[in-house]
Amino acid sequence: MSFPWAKEYTPANPVMKFLDEKLPLPRLVYNAVGAGYPVPRNLNYMWNFGVLAGFFLVLQIVTGVVLAMHYAADATVAFAKVEHIMRDVNWGWLMRYSHANGASFFFVVIYLHIFRGFYYSSYKAPREMVWLLGVVIFLLMMATAFMGYVLPWGQMSFWGAKVITGLFGAIPVVGEPLQVWLLGGFAPDDAALNRFFSLHFLLPFVIAGVVILHIWALHIPGSSNPTGVEVKSESDTVPFHPYYTAKDGFGLGVVLVLFAVMLFFLPNYLGHPDNYIEANPLSTPAHIVPEWYFWPFYAILRAFTMDFILPAKLWGVLAMFAAILIWFFLPWLDRSPVRSGHYRPLFRKFFWFGLIPVMAVLFYCGGAPAEEPYVMLSQLATAYYFLHFLVILPLVSSFEKPEPLPYSITEAVLGSDKKAVLGENTTPAT
Amino acid sequence: MIRPIAILVGLGFSIVVLLAFVTGAYTWATEETQPTAEHEFHIAPHAPEGGFAHDGPLGTWDVAQLQRGYQVYKEVCAACHSLKYVAFRDLAGLGYDEGQIKAEAASYQVPGIDPNTGEATFRPGLPTDYFPSPYPNAVAAAAANNNAIPPDLSLMTKARHHGPEYVYSLLTGYDAIPAELTQEFPDFETPTGLYFNQYFPNLNLAMAPPLTTDGQVTYAEGNPQPTIRQMSADVAAFLTWTAEPKMVERRQTGWPVLGFLIFATILAFFAKKQVWSSATPGRKDD
Repeated sequence: MSFPWAKEYTPANPVMKFLDEKLPLPRLVYNAVGAGYPVPRNLNYMWNFGVLAGFFLVLQIVTGVVLAMHYAADATVAFAKVEHIMRDVNWGWLMRYSHANGASFFFVVIYLHIFRGFYYSSYKAPREMVWLLGVVIFLLMMATAFMGYVLPWGQMSFWGAKVITGLFGAIPVVGEPLQVWLLGGFAPDDAALNRFFSLHFLLPFVIAGVVILHIWALHIPGSSNPTGVEVKSESDTVPFHPYYTAKDGFGLGVVLVLFAVMLFFLPNYLGHPDNYIEANPLSTPAHIVPEWYFWPFYAILRAFTMDFILPAKLWGVLAMFAAILIWFFLPWLDRSPVRSGHYRPLFRKFFWFGLIPVMAVLFYCGGAPAEEPYVMLSQLATAYYFLHFLVILPLVSSFEKPEPLPYSITEAVLGSDKKAVLGENTTPAT
Repeated sequence: MIRPIAILVGLGFSIVVLLAFVTGAYTWATEETQPTAEHEFHIAPHAPEGGFAHDGPLGTWDVAQLQRGYQVYKEVCAACHSLKYVAFRDLAGLGYDEGQIKAEAASYQVPGIDPNTGEATFRPGLPTDYFPSPYPNAVAAAAANNNAIPPDLSLMTKARHHGPEYVYSLLTGYDAIPAELTQEFPDFETPTGLYFNQYFPNLNLAMAPPLTTDGQVTYAEGNPQPTIRQMSADVAAFLTWTAEPKMVERRQTGWPVLGFLIFATILAFFAKKQVWSSATPGRKDD
């Protein structure tokens, strides 16, 4: 694997020895998330969210498969089927609330995971592929979550589906036929509900596949760390197991406590009351809002209110998709040789006083009605959002004097690195 | 090459959205927004005095209140509103025994098939039946109600913000139009067939006041006086139960789960400390 000092798997008993010879699955796990994977010793709690995201993916698949056993994707019965799960299926309410709140928690941990990546520039070489696959996972998650929200066939399900697929109608020439093709009709109905169910069942397994690629790509250079200084010697790392399994175990506990609070005491807090009204194509809700995790992008969509060469709606659609697609280019936009925001004074200011408050504003405005002053606020925030990634990030390194980096991870942790002092430098500094 | 393109794209999006901002801000600053009666005189729902027994993480059902609320539903609301996701068997959750449930179900006529002729007919309900709708179909419901279909009540308290409080406030909120409203909005009026209610989003509601006099429903001995407020609170509690019969069970499951998770997390914390203490001699932050 990544480092020459990585421990090698030695089967402890004849059964494992047999298995290791015929199908080295235990070896694979050992090297992926066991003692065979050396990890920088200085990871902070922001590095917990990858494992947590994996946990919520599994939770969603398990609860989702059970829910699918009791659900029917037919517009005449879908809503009643969800109530059947809530009322008559043994522990059905637990499955459904776990799945609905599990989706929210999946997005919480993913957003923290992504913003960890922004701050520590986890996307930089040699981890570009890890980042690209991560953005793919995020896009797949958004598609999956959107289609999942349609399945209960409540008012927000129906109108959300109508608004989001309507975005494709903004594309010139092919827009309207494309929208009809996507929905299988002129408005969401049985055809749309069935294909959304089918895809909602399929995509999580696609996500699981890309997650495997994401982890595989990560294991080639090994994990990044808060200093952004690459691993130089064995003293910079500890084996994943037991060190990070223990640390992730504690992090998982904390998140599960929060999850249980939401699940058992506030299960509908993150939902919308209108989704307990059955879908009615003849009655439009006063405010159509997507689920909270789409709010920032929904705010960007609605920020474009003026026709300028292109129609306002098309600008909004382009900007909304661009807002995520630009993440694919980050590894080549940010040219600072220093990875960690910890040693980048100017970048750090733009991150904490620019990007984070702007994301908060976009979150808030995306959930608010399309009225002033929310529209104006989201317009300012949208402008900054694009400037941040496409103008500030490429230019900031030219004006920035990074703070001195520690010689090694060991020095960052212990205050001194004996090898550095003695000059026993195993790998040349990069 | 990629950076100049990115900078151009970034400036492009920002300039377009800032142009929209400038026009929007100009309109906002120059055009006065007209205040509306709905905005100024809508009142947020509030709980009955003392709140509901089911409020809060430790709240439980007040079974006597649920039974009273069921009585109000049956004698008043059921004339127009269905309760289609609730079955008679579910009444066990209200503390009724099997015999009572059978009798209760049998007191309703549900659509059935004549076993001799096969024709559509009505038969007495069984515990497995769901509460029948007062109207044969949506067209009949609309025709009987001035085109406003009375919504199903099973999920009403989950389908509104602060549902139980909303139901209570709406039922007790039929009042005369306040003088200040007429003063501020002389054009405001409640169209014929609608009823003024400040808890309803647009202030005019198609539902006639269902609870009009104290004592409209006669409660059994030992229950509170059936005032309009009491009946409203009771039926709001009942509809909280119909919306989620498993609510109390859910919370009562939650406490031991939470206790276990907190305990496990504390153990995990010390396990983590133990594991790391061996690996990091002289860590700065220990």
